[in-house]
Amino acid sequence: MAASTLTESEKRKNMPLEYSTEEGDLRIVGFWIFLAAELVLFSTLFATYLVLQSHTAGAPTAKDLFKINPVMAETIVLLVSSFTCGLGTLELRRHNTKGLIAWLVVTVILGLAFIGLEANEFYSYAVHEGAPLSSSAFLSGFFILLGTHGAHVTLGIFWVTAIIIQLAQRGITAVTARKAFMVGLYWHFLDVVWIFIFTAVYLTGLVI
Amino acid sequence: MQEHKNTAVESEPAGFPWKQVIGLILSLALTFLALWIAVGLSLPVHVTLTLIVGLAVIQALIQLFMFMHVLEGTDTSHQILGLIFGIFVAFAMVAGTLWIMYFTL
Repeated sequence: MAASTLTESEKRKNMPLEYSTEEGDLRIVGFWIFLAAELVLFSTLFATYLVLQSHTAGAPTAKDLFKINPVMAETIVLLVSSFTCGLGTLELRRHNTKGLIAWLVVTVILGLAFIGLEANEFYSYAVHEGAPLSSSAFLSGFFILLGTHGAHVTLGIFWVTAIIIQLAQRGITAVTARKAFMVGLYWHFLDVVWIFIFTAVYLTGLVI
Repeated sequence: MQEHKNTAVESEPAGFPWKQVIGLILSLALTFLALWIAVGLSLPVHVTLTLIVGLAVIQALIQLFMFMHVLEGTDTSHQILGLIFGIFVAFAMVAGTLWIMYFTL
């Protein structure tokens, strides 16, 4: 028992800072389990949407509503924000507090841009195109799936901002390193969900 | 700075972030490829859907390995198993629902 504890802590000495304590290490594993549960949450919304997609009840359909340019703008902004967040994690590994904060600030700005584009898209559907959430099963499924993702991104913006404040106050420690790494995992996860929204909602809507 | 002086070493060397840049370029390339397959080509619907879902899975794997460092940690078996279980339930949910509802659509 003592021998295995020793090897575990020996292993940790050669790991990045966020894994340097047993607590940090376990919390990161726990966060992966949380992300797996989030994946299941989104899968139920995807299943619902895909079943209801053809139930348009005379309201505008996917083909009527979806336009390539705004969707590509949202997609590119989110993909680039995932990249800048990844550069933040790289600066974290280099123990460069200023670099980490700078990339996280860029990530927050791109996140805000994404939310702005998405809000504009929702507004144009609901108000200009006469296709609010209540008008068909397809639109309910659409707004609930995309709204849940958008709510996650909004939460992520607040969370990254809170981590930026902590990093500015405390610098990179074992605790703030773990928090910065975890919020990065969350942000990349939202990008993964968006990739499937882009494919299963927008591209599929343009094809079928 | 005192409190972590003796803990972990700096693990990333200075230099150009190739891994992240390649991840970004691949993500953008796969996104535009999927758009081109869906809009530019007029393949049969089931072929298009298979291709774009395949591209989405590849892109998810890029995020997982190039940005999320899924293979890191002192004991990665727990997070990998948890993730695989999550992916399994998600797949069973989506594929199972579509399979059942296919008969009523």
